[in-house]
Amino acid sequence: MEHLIELKDIYKIYQMGEETVHALDGISLTVDPGEFVAIVGQSGSGKSTAMNIIGCLDVPTSGTYRLAGVDVSTMDDDQQAEIRNKMLGFIFQQYNLIPKLSVLENVELPLLYAGVSAGERRERALAALERVGLQDKRKNLPSQLSGGQQQRVSIARALAGSPSVILADEPTGALDSRTGREVLAFLQKLNAEGDTVVLITHDNSIAVKAKRIVRLQDGKIIYDGDAKDPQAVVQPDLEEHRGEEAVP
Amino acid sequence: MNVTQSFRMALNSLLTSKMRALLTMLGIIIGVAAVIIIISLGNGLQNYLNAQFEQMGVNIIQVQIMGRGTGNRTVETEDMYQLAEKYPQYLSGVSPYVSVQAEVRSGGTSYDRTSIYGVSDIYYNRERNQTMRGEALSKGRFLSYIDVERYQNVCVIGSYLDQAVFQGKGLDQTLTIGGIPYTVIGVLEQKADCTEGSGDDVIFLPHGCAQRLNNRISNGSGAISIMGTSITVYLFASTGQDTSSAAKGVIERLLDQTYQSSDSYFVVTAAEMMDTMNSMLEVLMTILVVIAAISLLVGGIGIMNIMLVSVTERTREIGIRKSLGAKGRDIRSQFIIEAGTTSAVGGVIGIVLGVMLANAATVIVGAVMGGSDGFTATPSLGGILVSFGVSVGVGVLFGYLPANKAAKLNPIDALRYD
Ligand SMILES: Nc1ncnc2c1ncn2[C@@H]1O[C@H](COP(=O)(O)OP(=O)(O)O)[C@@H](O)[C@H]1O
Ligand SMILES: [Mg+2]
Repeated sequence: MEHLIELKDIYKIYQMGEETVHALDGISLTVDPGEFVAIVGQSGSGKSTAMNIIGCLDVPTSGTYRLAGVDVSTMDDDQQAEIRNKMLGFIFQQYNLIPKLSVLENVELPLLYAGVSAGERRERALAALERVGLQDKRKNLPSQLSGGQQQRVSIARALAGSPSVILADEPTGALDSRTGREVLAFLQKLNAEGDTVVLITHDNSIAVKAKRIVRLQDGKIIYDGDAKDPQAVVQPDLEEHRGEEAVP
Repeated sequence: MNVTQSFRMALNSLLTSKMRALLTMLGIIIGVAAVIIIISLGNGLQNYLNAQFEQMGVNIIQVQIMGRGTGNRTVETEDMYQLAEKYPQYLSGVSPYVSVQAEVRSGGTSYDRTSIYGVSDIYYNRERNQTMRGEALSKGRFLSYIDVERYQNVCVIGSYLDQAVFQGKGLDQTLTIGGIPYTVIGVLEQKADCTEGSGDDVIFLPHGCAQRLNNRISNGSGAISIMGTSITVYLFASTGQDTSSAAKGVIERLLDQTYQSSDSYFVVTAAEMMDTMNSMLEVLMTILVVIAAISLLVGGIGIMNIMLVSVTERTREIGIRKSLGAKGRDIRSQFIIEAGTTSAVGGVIGIVLGVMLANAATVIVGAVMGGSDGFTATPSLGGILVSFGVSVGVGVLFGYLPANKAAKLNPIDALRYD
């Protein structure tokens, strides 16, 4: 069977003057449709770099990345933009809604860039808002909503284009723990309904909500397996963090 | 695709920060208003002057004789009459046109801004009931052949003198011109605004009398000399506007044969004068409009400046849009539309301001020239459309650089920006 995401020997190397930084140091990873994967690791371990490459916002220094069978690792900016538009839905830590646009217009954006007609755009955006339970807020500006509501709008925006993969980068980072849990529960619900979710977090207690955990350290995968496996939450060389981050 | 949204967002951001929007658009507003007002004033002036010309008669050919040339002969009044008789197909008449500098007095009051001309009876066309310069009679009659032949001390006065000197009962009254009493035999209809020094403050008398007055004045008072210098200005009337250049041709031939030097005379038709005036006005207007257009350019630079700031401020928005699938060209067109909208709004404000100022100018010029004198600053539709088009063009042109900068932003950096 063809994998949805297939990373093979991915390197991302930054040249900082004399120094070279291996942000990703030979990563191979596959994700199949319907999975819920958390990519977890300490700050500086390479999570954001991995997320940028999976999200087609960046290209690897070497290695190949196939998304739904298509090699996207050597695409130019406009081709990548098209892949992001059709295949990927982003959820960011800072919600990243456009403040001057209404909730509905924000949700319509991916459809706007896909060239969907105004009527269908509205219909599909309203359906996405309904999925997150915010259709009555469609005329509001983002600033008139609470943090949790704004994050749900950004989830609706990610869903609006019916992407193959939902990429969530620290989606609970800016929320209090209760709304954070609600958002996580929502991602679980989406996954239960068949969406593929890739969650990026530094927080073990959040990572364990996924079905599968991929742990990064210094640009390498040091664990890839079931989230319920106790090994999944072990931070090998950062003893002082073990107590607070490991949530059994 | 996202044109309406870009357009609406641009209008929104103009409305939410009005002060900044005003400063951004100021150059465009001033430039467009200046262009409109210059075009309006130019059109108004042109219409006004053309109307004046029409009133004075478009069939007139003015002949000025400056010297004797090398021919050692002169063209006399009689030669001019013969010429007009010889070419009736081109010339419908000729009259000397002697300007007189003399004091006009009546009952102890002196009128020193009055224009006095010596003409012949031909100056008045009996069939069309108007003079060569378009004046019509309201009372009495014009100078007759006998009046001119016999140097009769009679005159025709303009409506201003009739009102100011004789309270509207000037017919058969007397006024003195250069100390000599003249009887009023006719009053002209009002053609200007009936004020002192205007086209209504005028006297026509037989050209022989006019020359005598001029000689008397140049010889010193008392000595009356009939032996005068030749008449130097004649007015011909061509049979129509289309025959005026042929008429000019036959006049020039006569003058050239006599004086054998084109430096000794000057013949100009009203149509030529009108053309010359119009083309001079057009050159002047073009220069002024180009100068005003420079401020449009400055306005464009203002827009570019603010757009560059706006791109920096909205780096994160650009990153978000790109992450959602916006291509470089989508971002570029968004910012270009925004720049175009900003300058278009500035252009519309400039047009409104310009038209308002043009209307104000009509009132002010009217007041300065004393009463409504037919001057109307007229904004032309073409001028409005062109200046609107140019202002949008300037916005798009100067919006391109910032828009391109936005389009080239790296989405990762842009998303991280705050
Ligand atoms: N643009 C960049 N230029 C240079 N080094 C970078 C750049 N982006 C990331 N890095 C380096 O790559 C490593 C991984 O960073 P990152 O992917 O941001 O980690 P994480 O998101 O897990 O904190 C870090 O050492 C970071 O300093
Ligand atoms: Mg990071």
